[in-house]
Amino acid sequence: MTKELIKGNEAVVKGALLAGCKTFFGYPITPASEIAHAAAKFFPILGRTFLQGESEVASINMCYGAASTGVRAMTASSGPGISLKQEGISYAAGSELPIVIIYIMRGGPGLGNIAPEQGDYNQVVKGGGHGNYKTMVLAPNCAQEMCDLTIHAFDVADKYRNPVYVFTDGFIGQMMEPVEFPKARELNIKKDWALLGNRETRDNLVNSIYLDPHELEDHEIHLQEKYREMEENEVMFEEYKLDDAELVTMGFGIVSRILKTTVDKARKKGMKVGLLRPITLFPFPKKQIKDVAEKAKSFLVVELNNGQMVEDVKASIFYSKPVHFYGRMGGVVPSVNELLDKLEEIY
Amino acid sequence: MAKDILEKPKGFHDVYFYKPGDDKENTHYCPGCGHGTAHKLIAEALEDFGVADRTIMISPVGCSVFVYYYFATGNIQAAHGRAPAVGTGLKRANPDSIVISYQGDGDLGAIGGNNILQAANRGENITVFFINNAIYGMTGGQMAPTTLLGQKTMTTPYGRSIQNEGYPIKICELLASLESPTYLERVAITDTKHIMKARLAIRKAIKTQIDNKGFSLVEILSPCPTGWRMTPVDAKKWITEKMMDYFKLGVFKDLTKERKPYSPPKMNLNLDEVEEKLGLKEKPPTFPSTMSDIKEQYRNPRIKVAGFGGQGVLMLGNLLAETGMLHDYNVSWLPSYGPEMRGGTANCQVHIDEGQIGSPVVTDSTVLVAMNKPSLDKFEPDVVPGGLILYNTSMIDRKPERTDVEAIPVPATEMADEIGSLRVANMIMIGAYLQKTGILTKDSIFAALDIAIKHKQFIPMNRQAIEAGIEHVKNMD
Repeated sequence: MTKELIKGNEAVVKGALLAGCKTFFGYPITPASEIAHAAAKFFPILGRTFLQGESEVASINMCYGAASTGVRAMTASSGPGISLKQEGISYAAGSELPIVIIYIMRGGPGLGNIAPEQGDYNQVVKGGGHGNYKTMVLAPNCAQEMCDLTIHAFDVADKYRNPVYVFTDGFIGQMMEPVEFPKARELNIKKDWALLGNRETRDNLVNSIYLDPHELEDHEIHLQEKYREMEENEVMFEEYKLDDAELVTMGFGIVSRILKTTVDKARKKGMKVGLLRPITLFPFPKKQIKDVAEKAKSFLVVELNNGQMVEDVKASIFYSKPVHFYGRMGGVVPSVNELLDKLEEIY
Repeated sequence: MAKDILEKPKGFHDVYFYKPGDDKENTHYCPGCGHGTAHKLIAEALEDFGVADRTIMISPVGCSVFVYYYFATGNIQAAHGRAPAVGTGLKRANPDSIVISYQGDGDLGAIGGNNILQAANRGENITVFFINNAIYGMTGGQMAPTTLLGQKTMTTPYGRSIQNEGYPIKICELLASLESPTYLERVAITDTKHIMKARLAIRKAIKTQIDNKGFSLVEILSPCPTGWRMTPVDAKKWITEKMMDYFKLGVFKDLTKERKPYSPPKMNLNLDEVEEKLGLKEKPPTFPSTMSDIKEQYRNPRIKVAGFGGQGVLMLGNLLAETGMLHDYNVSWLPSYGPEMRGGTANCQVHIDEGQIGSPVVTDSTVLVAMNKPSLDKFEPDVVPGGLILYNTSMIDRKPERTDVEAIPVPATEMADEIGSLRVANMIMIGAYLQKTGILTKDSIFAALDIAIKHKQFIPMNRQAIEAGIEHVKNMD
């Protein structure tokens, strides 16, 4: 299979098109703009829809409309834009619409900067918009996964009728790596609930309003059931040199790449260190972390934020082992040597 | 006429099965409310035009949030103000459907102001029915953007004032200032005469969409006796005397005759054609591994390239990675990005490796390509002992201070100038690098050049620059 040297942000678009995505609605923002650029280039020549919305709010609502017709719909943005999209994402979760949202993180609250921070973990993993809902969150760490997990995102979005994030940092979006693209696929997904604009679907309703408290509770119980199923069936993670690891490092996105090299260097120094990388942030690999904790003595969680995923790691092991945290903020990315020093300090 | 209005049009459900509670036959609207009449006129038109099957109604937020109880069409409920954006998504995804956005004044004129403006300005082929009753009915009678001056509401208890709230917004007049909309009219639901006019406007708006002629909107002045605290009779009188005085009835734009029908082209590509158009059928040439033939210190390089924005720094790194890939090595290319690229300094970090690449970040580089002095100043200390520094002597007036590295001076900018463009200084450096290390070959670089350079007319000059870089290092030996 031929490889193409391509930016993660562009691999997303080719992956989406191979997955049969029909519509892209977005608004430019660094460091996610290449996604809109590539979508603007490729969607029209394939007879598909690209439209730059007037705002992030409009773009996600355009996705809401498009997804309700049964076609695959996507958007892409970064922190400030995703904050604006939360209204629409909550509606999509409530109305059970499959939408794929590519989230390329930037730094800081407010305008912050465009450097690769990971401060938006809680925003997407814990909800983000209003109400009792969850979105699946896939966290690629290379250009290949930007393609593969985008395709997977469309599949699980349809499977669960739920919005799904492909969630990573500026480095993974901006970086170029060789990607092997899979074959284009024919889609034969039946969506009985969709608004097809025909007689058969004339009674269909896409809706998140349930005035009666008991009806709404039933609806929300149904949603929670879906989230539980995701936790049962959709967890993805990568293990690296964990067999005899006494100290388990954890990180996602660019951090996991740096940790991998750090683990190799630490091994050369005789330290029994491994890496457990969550690929799905929701559902979180709680059980796998708990299993690893049976043998490991301690954990080191590294994030480009103030300590967000680390709380989920601690809860996963019921606070039974020491969980150390090393975080950088503002878009500062730690070097391998910096992490090696930290490992030596706590090992 | 009275008979027509009393009979339930077929665009409505016979039984309102989505409506909770025991009463599945009557609407939830208050006595004297204009929504019921507006609904009937729309439902009747949909049935008469034979498009109810194709129609998707968008329920807004407001009293008409339950539009979906009544219309026997596809139905979708939208967030407050977002119906035109949702409608855009619906229509773009399925251009054969008839998309109707039914919105109130708070929804359309306030929170969704930009959404309606932009959908109208794109000329979306959708139809909007805008119910203007000068108040927020559902949330309990607060001020709307269309609340009249002096009108008392829950949030203007002393009356709307010019100084505090400004003038009521005239949506039809506002949208009429745009080029794109096809049909805009304001009507009123008061007496039979006006309702007949509203009926015609509603039909014309829907027909505009059926004919694929673009954006249509009908603003309907509509009574809200409950919100206004009036009897239904007084409410209609108030529309006639007060609202119509400020919101003039009439056609604000009608290009239904002039506009040519437009529907987006349909394209049905097979999977092969999809891959073809995505460039996935291209088979780039491959080249054998060079690593075992070259000196130990040049293998599996971690390269940092730095310079001014505009010196082709990112392209230089891109080409190194591209060429590395053609040799079937693992590669990564990580740029500095964003505003830095626009006029400031730029750098990129490249790995070319036989093994797996962990961190794509290059901190301790084995190769530094410094295109200007600040880059040498900044990154020289990070080069590993035994590493390689290629520096652009045209822009750097000092030698590297390090004595434990190999330093190759290249007057790249001057050489590029001789070739005819300062922009190929980066290619001179690539030539110098490949000649020095042997990790990449001239053939593989040229092949990568064909892939990486979009404007093919520049390829000969770039090749010439690479050759010049090669010769420069040869002559140094």
